[in-house]
Order: sequence, then structure tokens, then C-alpha cells
Amino acid sequence: MTHTRDPVGEHRRELLRQMLRIRRFEEKCAELYSAAEIRGFLHLYIGEEAVAVGALQALTEEDNVVSTYREHGHALARGVPASSIMAEMYGRATGCSRGRGGSMHLFDVGRRFYGGNAIVAGGLPIALGLALADRLRGDRRVTACFFGDGAAAEGEFHECLNLAALWRLPVLFSCENNLYAMGTALAVEHKETDLAVRAATYEIPSWPVDGMDVVAVEEAARHAAEAVREGGGPHFLELRTYRFRAHSMYDPDRYRDKAEIEAWKRHDPIDGLARRENVTRDELELIEKEVAAEISEAIEFAEAAPLEPVADLTRFVHSERTGAG
Amino acid sequence: MNAVLKTTYREAVRAALREALLRDERVFLMGEDVGRYGGCFAVSLGLLEEFGPERIRDTPLSESAFVGAGIGAAMNGMRPIVEIMTVNFSLLALDQILNNAATLLHMSGGQVPVPLVVRMTTGAGRQLAAQHSHSLEGWYAHIPGLRILAPATLEDARGMLWTALQDPDPVLIFEHGSLYNVAGELPADTGAVGIDRAAVRRAGGDVSLITYGGTLAKALDAAGELSGDGIEAEVIDLRSLRPLDDATVIDSVRRTHRAVVVDEGWRSGSLSAEITTRIVEQAFYDLDAPIERVCTAEVPIPYARHLEEAAIPQVADIVDAVHRVVGAGG
Ligand SMILES: Cc1ncc(C[n+]2csc(CCOP(=O)(O)OP(=O)(O)O)c2C)c(N)n1
Ligand SMILES: [Mg+2]
Repeated sequence: MTHTRDPVGEHRRELLRQMLRIRRFEEKCAELYSAAEIRGFLHLYIGEEAVAVGALQALTEEDNVVSTYREHGHALARGVPASSIMAEMYGRATGCSRGRGGSMHLFDVGRRFYGGNAIVAGGLPIALGLALADRLRGDRRVTACFFGDGAAAEGEFHECLNLAALWRLPVLFSCENNLYAMGTALAVEHKETDLAVRAATYEIPSWPVDGMDVVAVEEAARHAAEAVREGGGPHFLELRTYRFRAHSMYDPDRYRDKAEIEAWKRHDPIDGLARRENVTRDELELIEKEVAAEISEAIEFAEAAPLEPVADLTRFVHSERTGAG
Repeated sequence: MNAVLKTTYREAVRAALREALLRDERVFLMGEDVGRYGGCFAVSLGLLEEFGPERIRDTPLSESAFVGAGIGAAMNGMRPIVEIMTVNFSLLALDQILNNAATLLHMSGGQVPVPLVVRMTTGAGRQLAAQHSHSLEGWYAHIPGLRILAPATLEDARGMLWTALQDPDPVLIFEHGSLYNVAGELPADTGAVGIDRAAVRRAGGDVSLITYGGTLAKALDAAGELSGDGIEAEVIDLRSLRPLDDATVIDSVRRTHRAVVVDEGWRSGSLSAEITTRIVEQAFYDLDAPIERVCTAEVPIPYARHLEEAAIPQVADIVDAVHRVVGAGG
């Protein structure tokens, strides 16, 4: 037992723990999907954990997050409890979206987590609006908006980059470039495959980041988020990463080379960090134990959770006003 | 005797696509993941290998651009088939569909026909939640200039596409997502089918069950159950949602004097409202009971299985509605 404090080492161990939580949580989700406890579409983030964990280090609790349908990692890293995420995937009343949303639509507005959006690029305009409201009120918040490389082909992407730049909105565009939009490779989707270059044409400061290195992601995100917060207008990070699993549980993954997948797995963000930080086997085991306990608790919570009564089916279509009028 | 072919709805659509690509070199397929991936519901699997990337075109995530490009190519002598993954995503191309495809012919004084076919999935039932599950074909059926088809059977999945491609104007084909795995038999020489008329899928004299697409099977199941209670339901598959084949519907209602409309769309301002109104307009005095509608609850489709099941029309709901209309009136 050593008593010398090493804040950098401690912080990096915390990053490792966060990534492992996401990894193990999602591995469990895949199992539960096969067991038909989780249904619908399930998009795993496995391989991309460094992006969510690194980027969200740069935010405070006051900042806003907008995400996609591949958002378990963002939600966990944001502090949405594993139990309420799991209960949501079980379709339970105590799920973070009361069973209405499922895997693709995790919401936790108390943590300023504005959801999983399953319309590709559909979150960008909302992020602009969150940021605009903050600006109008003089709140010094940053809105982090996550989306994929595929989203960069949508009109909404271009409309939003232009508008955010034009109005100098405090948005941190966080593009998760995992080289594929479902089965369509980057070069089949885009003429200019350097997405940071495209963002730069809107006069948005933008640069590529090694999305398999959580420390690099954190550093870039801190730098960008500070600039956004200081009134520097929107910033754009192209986070270069890779999903180790198929697009969704429906996807037979016919379009990727096994060798390509294996090559990327050698850059596993979790193994990489553990190696670079000389994390011992014992330390890892301790983290694994802790993570496993959290996940089994989450599953127990979800299994014991009540279903929303069918009588409440049409609740939340309109707001429930209390009092007169 | 005619040889028969064991097939699925998915394979029937694929066979229709193949036939169109083989028969008409102006035909090409484009959409997200139609090529390498094989289509998000595996409908176009193998077509890229057979027809090559010029005719099986993977597009970026740019619904407005590629639907619009389909319109332009149709204006310029081609016969594009555009696939949109899910009706919810078609909203990103709604401008092109409404303001261009449906409108150009009229706005140009008849100069610019748009012989475009757009296919997309629709409907709920797979716990995909609110951004992947809606039934918006009724919205599209609101738009003059479009023809809206809803193949509910293997025969229609196989036969509607070719007929749609012969149409000089835009045709939207809605494939209910729950149908792709439906298996059955088709005659080996199966081919194009008419798209103008509704079909009576089950004859009966006590009540007309009017439906289409993903709810046809539920209506037929309900009719089977009702038969056990001594009620014979006639089940009408609309097949075309615009134009509507009023004649088949009205003829049935004149014989049964009772009608239940089953639609996975929402009730308010809807296709089911339109059908009901037409019956009231044309056969009011033939009715022995108020018309009932079985529609999706007025709620975005929720994820949880029990909530989704409660939201969309079920066999029991149809049976109950029929009992009400048969019990009512004279
Ligand atoms: C507007 C729209 N079109 C199509 C889809 C279907 N779809 C869901 S995810 C996806 C790929 C998106 O790729 P990307 O943005 O790179 O994100 P990734 O899945 O790689 O994280 C597609 C085509 C959708 N959800 N929304
Ligand atoms: Mg991607």
C-alpha cells in the first residue's frame, strides 16, 4: 500500500473504471438481448468508450448533452444510474424514460441529458436551441452534441454547422467517426472523408482526435469546451474511433473485414490505457468486481421494477398541468 | 396444375425488384444500405452482386437529396426505385415528395410527369419505439398527385411493384415491417397484379371489416374467431390507399349493413376517418349501426412491450368492435 498521492494516475484509473463500466454493462445488454429481456434495436458502443468517457470529462453538471441511439456510454458517463438505464431497457416504469423510450431513447433531464435521438442528425438542431437559450439568458453552459460520421451527410448537419457558426452558439460538436454508417463505409458516404476539414469550411475550429485514447479525447474536449464556454463559438471534434460490434443486434456485419475489426481491437481503449498506466492485475480485478456488482444491482433493480400501468398509456402526450387552468 | 413456390414476403419483394431490373434497363434501386449491406431488412440482399453498383446504389444518409434525385432521374427518362428505410425517416424527404414529386405535373401544366416509385417500411409491433414505428401512410394518402399502395399479401408484395413502375406518376409503396418474415406459397408463374381495386380477402354477410397492410392478418384472425360466435365478417384489403376503391367498400357495406375500419394509423384526421366518411356519404341509409374504428391510440408508439401492444390494434379489439356493431342497431 503506497501513501504517495498521484492525482494523474488516480484520475486515469477513474477513466479506466468508467470505460470498463460501459464495456461490461453493454456486454450484459447483449446477453440480455439474446435472452429476450431487452428488445427493439440495441446499438452497442463497445470499442468507442474512450470517446464518451473522455469528452464528458470536459463538462460540468450544468452543461447539456445531446446524444444518439448509440448512447448507453454517454448516459453512463454522464452519471445516469446504470439501474435506471437497465430498467428502461426492460421497459419498466422506473426506467429513465419510464419504459417509453428503450435503448435508443434514454433521457435524464435532471442531469441535463437530453436524450437518445434515433433520427440520424436529429439531435443537432435541438443542441443549437439548447445553446441558444443559454446564450440568451447569459448562462455559461456548453452543449455537447454527439453524432456519427453518417450524420455528416444529412442536410441538418450542414444547416446546423452554419447556423451555430453564424450565431456563435456554445455547442461542442462531437463527431464519432467510426468509419461506418450502418453498412456504408466512410468513403462511400462522403467525398471529403476528413470530417474536421468539412466543419472548418463553416469557420468552426475543428480537429481530429484519436478516439481510442481516452486521455487524448479528454485533453481535446477540455480545450474545446473551455473555448466554447469563453465565448469562442462552436467547436468541432472529429473523434476517430471504431465499433467492435455490429451496427445493431440485427446486423450480420457482412460488410467489414474480420482482419480490419481485429486490427482495431488491438487499439482497444481499455487495454491501451491499462497498459500505459501500468495498472496491475490486482487493481484491475478490484475494478472489475466493483463494476460487476454495480451491473448485477442494475439488473436486479430492473427485474424487480414495476411495469407502467396500461391505463397510463397516453400520459405525457401533453403536459400534465397542476392546479387551476 | 400450377407449380407453387415456397417464399416469404421479403423474398417476394426481392423477386419483384429483380424482375424489374431485368426487364427494364431504365430501372435502378437507390437508398441507404441497399447494396453492400443488403437492405436494412435484407430485402435487396444479393442484388448488388447481380446488377452492380450503378444500378444498386448505396446512398449517404441524405434522404432529401436521394429522393429528390430519384424525382429528377424519373423526369429524365429513368425509372428509379427509391428505398427509404422507415416511414419516420421519409419525413426528411417530405418536402421533395410533396412539393416536387406530387406537384410538378400539375404545376407545369402537364409537362413534367414523375414516374418514380418509392418503397418504405411502416408500422409498429417490434418495440422500436416512437421514432421507428409510426404508420404515416395515411398522411401520404392525403396528397393529390401520389398513388399509395400497401401490399399485405405475398402476391401483392410480388406483383405491385411492376405495375407501379408502369404508372406515369409517383407511387409510394408501404411495406409493414412485421410482414417480411411471413411465409407462404405463390404460383411459380406469379407476376404483376392490378393496383386499382381493393380485394375481398374473406367473404361474409354480417359485417364489413375494412383494413390494409399490417392489420389485414389481424382482421382475418378476428374474422375466424367471430365465425365461432356465429358472426361472418367480410374482410376487405384496401391495397390502394390513394385512390381509394370506394366501389368495393360500398358494395360490401350495402350487403352487410355494418362496418368496422381497422387502421394502425392514429384516429384523428386520418385515413380511417376518410373511409368512414365515404361510407356515410355513399351508404348512410344502408347502415344498421354506427361505424366503429379500431386505430392506434393517440400516442407516440412506446417501447415497452405491454404499452406498445396496448397502443396498436389487436385481434381482441377488432372482435370487441364487431360485437358492438352487431349488437347495436336493428
Ligand atoms: C434519418 C435517418 N435515416 C436513416 C436511419 C437509419 N440508421 C440508423 S443508424 C444509421 C447509421 C448512422 O451512422 P453514423 O451516423 O455513422 O452513426 P453510428 O451508427 O456509426 O454510430 C442509419 C442509416 C435513421 N435512424 N435516421
Ligand atoms: Mg458511424
